[in-house]
Amino acid sequence: MTEDHLREMIGRVKRGTLTRRGFVRRMAALGLTAPMATQLLAITGAAPAAAQSVPAYRPMRRGGGGALKILYWQAATLLNPHFAAGTTNQDAARVFYEPLAGWASDGTLHPILAAEIPSLENGGLAQDGRSVTWKLKRGVKWHDGQDFSADDVVFNWEYARSAAVAAVTSGSYRDVNVVKVDDHTVRVEFAQPTPFWADAFVAATGQMIPKHMFQGFAGANSRDAPANLRPVGTGPYRFVSFAPGDLLRGELNQNYHMDNRPFFDTLEIKGGGDAVSAARAVLQTGDFDYAWNMQVEDEILKRLEAAGRGKVNIVEGGGIEFVQLNATDPNREIDGERAHISTQHPAFRDPAVREAMALLIDRNALEQFIYGRGGPATANFLNNPPRFRSENMRWEFSIQKANDILDRAGWARGRDGIRAKDGVRLRFVYQTSVNAPRQRTQAIYKQAAQRAGIDLELKSVVASVFFSSDVANPDTYTKFYADVQMYTTTMPQADPERFMNQYVSWEISSKANSWQGRNIVRWRSEEYDRIFRAAQSELDPVKRAAMFIQLNDLVVGSNHIIPLVRRPTVSASLNNLRHVLSAWDGTLWLLGDWWRET
Amino acid sequence: MAGSIPASATASAPARPRIGPWEEAWRRFRKHRLAVVSAAVLLMLILAVLVGPFIWRVPIDEIDFTARLQGPSWDHPLGTDDLGQDLLARILYGGRISLAVGFTAMLVAVFLGTFVGAVAGMAGGKLDAALMWLTDLFLSLPQLPLLLLIIYLFRDSLKDVVGPEMGVFILIVAVIGLFNWMPVARLVRAQFFSLREKEFVEAARALGASRLRLVMRHILPNALGPVIVAATIDVAAAIIAESTLSFLGLGFPPDIPTWGRLLFDAKDNLDFAPHWALFPGLAIFLTVVSINFVGDGLRDALDPRRVK
Repeated sequence: MTEDHLREMIGRVKRGTLTRRGFVRRMAALGLTAPMATQLLAITGAAPAAAQSVPAYRPMRRGGGGALKILYWQAATLLNPHFAAGTTNQDAARVFYEPLAGWASDGTLHPILAAEIPSLENGGLAQDGRSVTWKLKRGVKWHDGQDFSADDVVFNWEYARSAAVAAVTSGSYRDVNVVKVDDHTVRVEFAQPTPFWADAFVAATGQMIPKHMFQGFAGANSRDAPANLRPVGTGPYRFVSFAPGDLLRGELNQNYHMDNRPFFDTLEIKGGGDAVSAARAVLQTGDFDYAWNMQVEDEILKRLEAAGRGKVNIVEGGGIEFVQLNATDPNREIDGERAHISTQHPAFRDPAVREAMALLIDRNALEQFIYGRGGPATANFLNNPPRFRSENMRWEFSIQKANDILDRAGWARGRDGIRAKDGVRLRFVYQTSVNAPRQRTQAIYKQAAQRAGIDLELKSVVASVFFSSDVANPDTYTKFYADVQMYTTTMPQADPERFMNQYVSWEISSKANSWQGRNIVRWRSEEYDRIFRAAQSELDPVKRAAMFIQLNDLVVGSNHIIPLVRRPTVSASLNNLRHVLSAWDGTLWLLGDWWRET
Repeated sequence: MAGSIPASATASAPARPRIGPWEEAWRRFRKHRLAVVSAAVLLMLILAVLVGPFIWRVPIDEIDFTARLQGPSWDHPLGTDDLGQDLLARILYGGRISLAVGFTAMLVAVFLGTFVGAVAGMAGGKLDAALMWLTDLFLSLPQLPLLLLIIYLFRDSLKDVVGPEMGVFILIVAVIGLFNWMPVARLVRAQFFSLREKEFVEAARALGASRLRLVMRHILPNALGPVIVAATIDVAAAIIAESTLSFLGLGFPPDIPTWGRLLFDAKDNLDFAPHWALFPGLAIFLTVVSINFVGDGLRDALDPRRVK
């Protein structure tokens, strides 16, 4: 299906010659899912952008639901959303703090503290893409009884962008300007046309903290604010107690701004343990209602589910488990830095070797025997929302083909069966974090590679080291001092702009940026850079989607990136718990809508 | 000869065969029935891991998805893991590494400990105080962070010289040995303090025995009992320490099935594939228990002052 074809159909919907339902049906006939079709309409202004996928909330009165017990096997350590590095802290803060809007599971926005989602029709979005105006919900009160207003929103912008505060959310606020229009209206202004406007004040980084509690701590003393550990928010539950790294308690907020919500009288979020015991605590013993992030082999989850007490929830998102083939040489040191950008990997600079590596991983086995429902095989790096998914990439597993390619490229087998050419042996260090499914994947990959004359030396690094940003440690994934590595990268927003900047040349991870750059594989392509820049300011959503698909094809086509399986978010809950989950936002993004069927 | 006393026929001892100290030890060891059984078990384990892979020729890394998590059968006497790899082959192969690490690390610890303890015990005074400070220092060091540091510093350079597996082996043995010698040193020193004042040592000294001879012939053999017990405990500790390091991703590469690694891999499947954890666990258990009993027997056997 071409861009023109699509555009023409959308035009017909806008003119009224084609019904929305008819459009969705035609799209389905072309193999596109219904959410994708509605989404296409939404982003081109032919349908409201607001979420339609939030399930109905049934309880007719507030409270009376007893206790809600949630298990996070990695515990939260502080409760200020602007300092929340990591999902667990962001989620814990989300119990008490709310953003203007959150991302629903279909990748659309759902208003929370906003009265409505800005769009071209309601005048919220400027035609030139340079500003967005948010109307705030009226009658919202902080837990201490004060009114929530535009001043709070402006304060959050000032607080987050302040260098003295050093908030982790600063990236969303640094380059925008926020203006108070009236007590219940704010305008966010951008320096250039910005197609992805829903960053500031939205989802995890958009959680609102109250001005009256934090204005005395909006400088270098920001970490001393008592409210960092005793939050006063607008959320459905009020703060009761918090033991960092262990237990968080909340109670029902009588003045919550949504009718009949929340359902539960008390809330308890327990931290600690590991993923498997968390799964047991919900699925097997029923001690908890909900457990977050089930990084567990599907086989185990299925057996636990068989007990019949609970179920496993799988929500499609953008997370992907993938392999990187280093573009630079990790064994040569230049200016005290290995994998320096001026070097080339001696083996991976040959496209034949990369192609062979891509042919040697049996994604089917990974999906079938290791990840199961938690990891459908994929050929794409960018998989979701569906409108950004490329149809051009294919994956294949063939040891035979890999052998042929290497033979043709002149990599001959040595006496020990390992191929070599011009003194370069196909012997690679393959690193990943300590995690059972990953070690299984390593074993499968190693065996196939061996049959093609490639020797993989396996290395596993404990997750807290591998994923740390410790500059002194040589084993972190951002340093990538290995030939091959594998991990999951997540996509926290329903827009791929930030996700796809992982391969632009100015994001290359190096000593100069303390290895904070997002381009860890250190792959460079002028074409990629150019298309990415164009996508950043392209206001036409259809064209923009086509650009991101092109970017995906470029990087996957280079074989420096080998996508393995998609990683939807997997959680466990009791059968009678009714929750609202979304892979594009935190687990507790709509905690007020959770209830229990009796 | 004038003044010589004629030998009395009645005073001559009955012909009793002369028994050497080693035969005596063996005789005593045999009396300790558990020790004998344990020695046999240990010998069998060692033989199995040494010879086993030549008899049971299934590859340790053959992935077979059609035979996942199977219980014991004729094809796979100890069952398979979740990739369908044969557990018997893996346990035999891993046992070589686990046992080698255990015994070598124990030897390092015992030699170091005995040396430090003996020097401190014999020298006394300032040297003793200094050595005991050193011992206390090592005892109070936070082991895990230091382990991480040492491994980060030396792993890569050692790997370049002797290859990844040998490099890790040397490093782990050295590291575990270096952190387990302190109890042995203290034991040996305490023994030396009490022994060097004993009459037989005084007698030897009076006869003009050199210091070295005093230590090697008279004191050390008498101090060996507790050292042997400590050594047996060290073997167990080393096997377990190796699994800790593997668990942290700092030990052997993840595809080398040491016993600790097998247990770690199996733990999530404990309730529906117990065989996977059971057999490596049993192997570790048997090794540690039998070594402890053998140590017990040896202590009894080698204690020269024991009358029985």
